[in-house]
Amino acid sequence: MAIMTYRDALNAALREELRRDDRVFLMGEEVAVYQGAYKVSKGLLQEFGEMRIVDTPITELGFAGVGVGAAMVGLRPIIEFMTWNFALLALDQIVNAAAKMLYMSGGQYNMPIVFRGPNGAALQLGAQHSQAWESWLAHIPGLKVVAPGTPADAKGLLKAAIRDDNPVMVLEGEMLYNVKGEVPDSSDFVIPLGKAEVKRAGTDASIITYGKMVNIALQAAEVLAKDGVQVEVLDLRTLRPMDVPAIVATVMKTNRAVVLEEGWEVCGMGAQVVDYIQRECFDSLDAPIVRVHQADTPMPYTKSLEKAAKPDLAKTVSALRAVCYLD
Amino acid sequence: MATKVTMEALSPTMEEGRLVTWSRKEGDAVKTGDVLAEVETDKAIMELVARADGVLLKLLVPEGTAAPVGTLLGVIGAAGEDISVVLSAAKDLLAAPTTAVPAPTAKPDVVLSAAKDPLVPPAAAPVAPGDKQALRSAQGDTGGFNRASPLARRLAGDAGLDIRTIAGSGPGGRIIKRDIEAAMSGVVLSEAKDPLVSSVEKQALRSAPGDNYRDIPLTQIRKTIAKRLAESIGPIPTFYLTAGYDLSKVMELRRAMAELGDDFKVSVNDVILKAVATALAQHPEVNSHWLGDRIRQHDRVHLGMAVATDDGLIVPVIFDAHLKRMKDLSREAKELAKKARERKLKPEEYTGSTFSVSNLGMFGIDQFTAIINPPECSILAIGTASEQVIIQDGAVGTCTVLRVTMSCDHRAIDGAVGAKFMQTLRRMIENPLMLVY
Repeated sequence: MAIMTYRDALNAALREELRRDDRVFLMGEEVAVYQGAYKVSKGLLQEFGEMRIVDTPITELGFAGVGVGAAMVGLRPIIEFMTWNFALLALDQIVNAAAKMLYMSGGQYNMPIVFRGPNGAALQLGAQHSQAWESWLAHIPGLKVVAPGTPADAKGLLKAAIRDDNPVMVLEGEMLYNVKGEVPDSSDFVIPLGKAEVKRAGTDASIITYGKMVNIALQAAEVLAKDGVQVEVLDLRTLRPMDVPAIVATVMKTNRAVVLEEGWEVCGMGAQVVDYIQRECFDSLDAPIVRVHQADTPMPYTKSLEKAAKPDLAKTVSALRAVCYLD
Repeated sequence: MATKVTMEALSPTMEEGRLVTWSRKEGDAVKTGDVLAEVETDKAIMELVARADGVLLKLLVPEGTAAPVGTLLGVIGAAGEDISVVLSAAKDLLAAPTTAVPAPTAKPDVVLSAAKDPLVPPAAAPVAPGDKQALRSAQGDTGGFNRASPLARRLAGDAGLDIRTIAGSGPGGRIIKRDIEAAMSGVVLSEAKDPLVSSVEKQALRSAPGDNYRDIPLTQIRKTIAKRLAESIGPIPTFYLTAGYDLSKVMELRRAMAELGDDFKVSVNDVILKAVATALAQHPEVNSHWLGDRIRQHDRVHLGMAVATDDGLIVPVIFDAHLKRMKDLSREAKELAKKARERKLKPEEYTGSTFSVSNLGMFGIDQFTAIINPPECSILAIGTASEQVIIQDGAVGTCTVLRVTMSCDHRAIDGAVGAKFMQTLRRMIENPLMLVY
């Protein structure tokens, strides 16, 4: 195990998979010469050359489409979006081409493509550049969606995404790139898609979350532990297909759930989690499930308002206390 | 529609009750089953509960007032409801306090006239602002339907508990997991008003329907004894009475029975259980529960028997032990002990005992003192039966002696009371024919 940043873990995953399979290539804005807008692709142009590390113009729909075509003829493209906010321009290729190709071709064309980039808000990037898109993507049959919250998960899930024969959306985080953690060195370290992980075991309440919010969930569990309340933190890791048995197991164990997500409430990922819980665990619930999410507004630019709009530790602790009937 | 709160017949023989305290005040939101007042009947102080959900709009009788059964004491209705008609009917009743029987002609539930009494403020009783609890209960009003989390419903079902008898501690009175767990362990979460009544003692307040008992109000001297002796020793001021019983005739009986065949074998323990149950039926003052503000004497004997398991001590209960034949007691005791060791006892099988027996005879313990299992007032510790030298009528001889020690809660049982029970027990054990007498 080495301690490395989330950024370096992604870099290692890309490098290992580029070495492992010469059909794999990386394409996107600034990925080659500039070494990546967030330096995730640092050193890759030097090792793999310009045929496999490809800079593109600022044309998201265009290079997403080139990626889809390349996947149809047997290559395994990795398409980097500078942020998922820009990927809105490419949604037609993602939703109408990548997600449906296997289905509409009657099984003739696999779609082994990865779309990746930072998702959600960083700091003061304004309403248009501070959005979390996972519920849009996870809504589409045919797409897989992962949202790693730790460096180890970032490496294991990106490698799994590259090896998968279906389109996989990898949702990273600008605020996560510098987070450090232990990462297995093995080039065969792959985390299977669709498997959640209990990041902290507990007995009194469950917090179900993913991505950037995992750290907040762990901090909240720490706060509640001071009151003698043992919170279990379940990191979904993959949002589609979602690990329903893991959700059921944790709720059956604790009888209380908080669902924490970065994005908006309405039609958010949390709504889907809550539905699985009510469907499978109705008779095990001791409290209404509480959701924690971004305020229902475009993300404010003003620092104080942005802070107020985001889900944070205080809101999460308060939700946990509510489901435990502590107030 | 407004619902009347009336003086109810809280005992079969009650004709009049004294309203001791109002537990709720005007303007409080109440739910069906909430305690509204404590009423002193001819037998004890009982709880008067709400028969409807709503707001307690009016209290008509001051604390300390005695009123005949049927007297209108208050009104429950919707916040802001006009109850002037009900009240004017009540005024007539109050004007004639000598009425021993409720006026059967008064029909305040039926609005006959909209005439308003200028002396009666119209529809008072708003929920006090800031009274969060009242607001919550009002919002949680579900028309008599118990709010409970799905988990609480399932747990109550699994445990065989009637969820309607459980008070909820969640928002709006929602019954949640901890309430079911508390009910299973006999603890009531809402804090006891009387600090003398421990949560464990409260267990006995919920007794099974059909249980025969009478609650004995505490006399002043009894209260003083309770207070002073509790100060002397722990929360339960315990004293001990030890006696040695001659088992000669029990041994004879066992031999005679054994000669009839294996089917008729009885153990010393079987005889003891039968004797204790029979003696308790004659001594309800020992077969009792200490409830803090009263002593409950039980006519039915629910005999607890301490069983050691790998997990620790548990006390399964032989219900109505005084009515059972020795053969049945013996069989049931063995079954319960087996279930206890296999951890298969249901909560209802180890709660509700009125008196307990602990037997360490099989371990060769000569005698010991057992700890009382509250709210019971005493427990019997059985030692081993052993051959001893005795002097009787000036001659030296031997006999088999059983040493039995009774632990008594002095708040409820005085030395002489315990001693009389031990005397009865001696008569039973030394003359087992008494058991069929």
